[in-house]
Parts: sequence; C-alpha cells; structure tokens
Amino acid sequence: MNGCRVLVLGVVVSLAAAAVWARVGTLVQQAPPKAQVLRNPFEEQDPARRAGAKLFARECAACHGHEGVGMSKAPPLNQAEVHEASPGALFWVLRNGSLKRGMPSFAHLPEAQRWQIITYLKTLKER
Amino acid sequence: MFAGVCTYHPCATAAEGPFFITYTHQMEEPGNLEIAIKNVTGKPAGGNRFLGSALEFEYGVRAWWTTEVYLDGQATAREGTLFTGYRWENRFRVLAREHWINPVLYVEFENINGADKSLLEVVDNDGEADLTGLNSEARSEKKREIEAKLILGSHFRGWTFAENFIAEKNVRHEPFEFGYAVGISRPLALAARPDRCDFCPENFQAGVEMYGGLGTHERFGLRETSHYVAPTVAWTVANGTSFTVSPTFGITETSARFLLRFAVSYELNQFGRAARHLFR
Repeated sequence: MNGCRVLVLGVVVSLAAAAVWARVGTLVQQAPPKAQVLRNPFEEQDPARRAGAKLFARECAACHGHEGVGMSKAPPLNQAEVHEASPGALFWVLRNGSLKRGMPSFAHLPEAQRWQIITYLKTLKER
Repeated sequence: MFAGVCTYHPCATAAEGPFFITYTHQMEEPGNLEIAIKNVTGKPAGGNRFLGSALEFEYGVRAWWTTEVYLDGQATAREGTLFTGYRWENRFRVLAREHWINPVLYVEFENINGADKSLLEVVDNDGEADLTGLNSEARSEKKREIEAKLILGSHFRGWTFAENFIAEKNVRHEPFEFGYAVGISRPLALAARPDRCDFCPENFQAGVEMYGGLGTHERFGLRETSHYVAPTVAWTVANGTSFTVSPTFGITETSARFLLRFAVSYELNQFGRAARHLFR
C-alpha cells in the first residue's frame, strides 16, 4: 500500500515538474512582470550601443549570427518581438537563459555589460 | 583540423573566471570548446623543482551539461618528464533559472599515478610531502578515483562568489577524502569600453581563492591538512586568448610554501557545428 502511494506521489511530482519545464511561449514572454518594468540605464546612448556591439560579437554572434540575423541553432534577434520587448524582459532572458532551449545564462557578465548588449539589440534593423 | 575549425568560424573569448581550483556555476556554452593548459611550478622543501601541467579540453554538450577531459603530466628537475594520467569530469547545472545561490553537481573519474603534480584539488592531508617523492617510485602508485563536488555560485553587483565542497574516493580502497575551495572575483570595470582593445579594464578579472583538505570520514577536520590562499588575475585579449596567473601561498605547516600557477586558454565558438560541417 505504501509502495502504491509512493508511486502515485512520484507520478504527480513528475507531471508537475514536466508542466513547469514545458512552459509555453517565447523566452521574452516568460519574463515575470517584476522584471519587465526594469529600465535600461544606457538607453539610446551611442557609446553603450558601440560597447554592446563589441560584446554581442564576442558573446552572442556565434549562435545568433552577426547583426543578429539568426542561424540554424538560434533565432534571429532582428525581429519585431525583440524590438517591442521591454528592456527588462530582455535583461531577464540574458540573466536566466533557457536550459531547455540551449540558451546559456549570461549572468556572469556584469549587469552594465548586459544592458549594453540590450542597447545594441534595440538598434538592430528589423527584417 | 584545429586550424580548419578556427578559420571556419571566428574564435572568441573565454569568459570564465580567474580561478584555478574553484569552480563557479558558469557552464561552457553549448557547442563551444575551450582548450587550456594549466601549469603549476614550485620547489618543495627536500624535493626538486617541478612543473605540473594539465591540458584541458572543455566542451559544452548542453546548456546544463559541460564535459571536460584533462591530460596530466609533469617534469621534475634531475628526474625527468612523464605523463601521469587523465581525468574525465562532468558538470550538471541543477536549476533552470539564475538564483541567489546556484548549485552545480560535479562528477569526475581520474586515472592518475602517484607522480601527478597538477594539483587540481587538495583533499584529506595532501601536502608538500606528496611533492617530494621520486618519480621512479611514485609513478608505480595507481590512483583510480571518483570525485564528487557540490559547486555553489552567485553573482552580485559584478562580484562572483563560488564555494566548492569536495568528496573523493579511491575505487579500490582508502576512505572518503574531503576538501573545499572558495573564491571571489570581479572584473576591473563593470561596463565595457566602446572600442575593441586589449588593455581595457573590463578585460581583466582579479580575485582570490582559498582551498584545502578536510581529512577523511574517519578523521574529519583540519588536523595536519594543507591550506592555500591564492590571489589571481586573468587577462583576456581581444582575440579571445586568456592568460591567468596566481601566486599561491601555503598557510599551514604541511602546505607547500609557495607555488606559482599560470594558464593559457582559448575558446572555439561553435566547435561542434564547425566540426560536423568539416566531415560532411
């Protein structure tokens, strides 16, 4: 009887874990409201955009392509969803990544450098 | 093949911290290959000067899984040079999101001999005495060990904090051996300069790590264990090559007085994809 209870509990926990793991929506859409209201301290500043371009080439271009055109493994970043996303949502994505989708966390970059990358992302020409 | 991959795809920066012993929770990016040579040199009391080296290949299999192979060797003055074995380690990130404290599980199998002087961890009462034996005798001792680590890491306002708890067991005999490593580091500048440059302050990371042994499960504690404090500096040049140096000071009687660690590393972005293209 105890074994049966353990089995049922195991199934319930597994299903709950799977539901959490398989949350629907794009990464940007998964950003919590608290993160979305964060403001970019470097918004529309040209030196930050240039620094962001340098960091993008080093950290992001290998997967997302130069100027964010996208590659087989990672989606393009020069698209409406990125342009329209709040800076806070993009910051949340950079901080957390997505283990499921193969996007690593960039929390090891200082916050200022992540904001610089976002400043650059916002200037990419939309397709 | 290395040259082919390197020319096929731009080679980029290795963004790891400046630590030699302490692991952070940062994983290798999926598909990236980091090649590094980590060296340590010293002259133990009553022994000859040595240079221990570990050639490291670190590959990001998944965003949550990093695997590494080390090939170890050493050269000792007046004794010679020899290959001392290999290590295969795997790191698994446990939590999907970034938190205040981020755990990573580490499992390693090592097949080395007693002459190994790469000193990639300190457990039990490892100390200066282990560095003074003759290669001809020490190499006959086989060490096939399983090592597990709990890695905890945090990032806060540009600072990186890492704590490692180590448990090691020889697969044939001997008790569980324990050790620890902790580290803290920070880049010299938090924001990047707009222009490409080698000497920008954000390309430098400085930190300090401390590590040592904690005995065995039979006699757990600090008695007759070695402990080290090591300031460390890493510099990443614009083409992606990183140089790291760390003067290491033993702080207990059984520790080696002074060791100098230095490393060079290079990261190949999307090596896996480029290699697959080469063989198509």
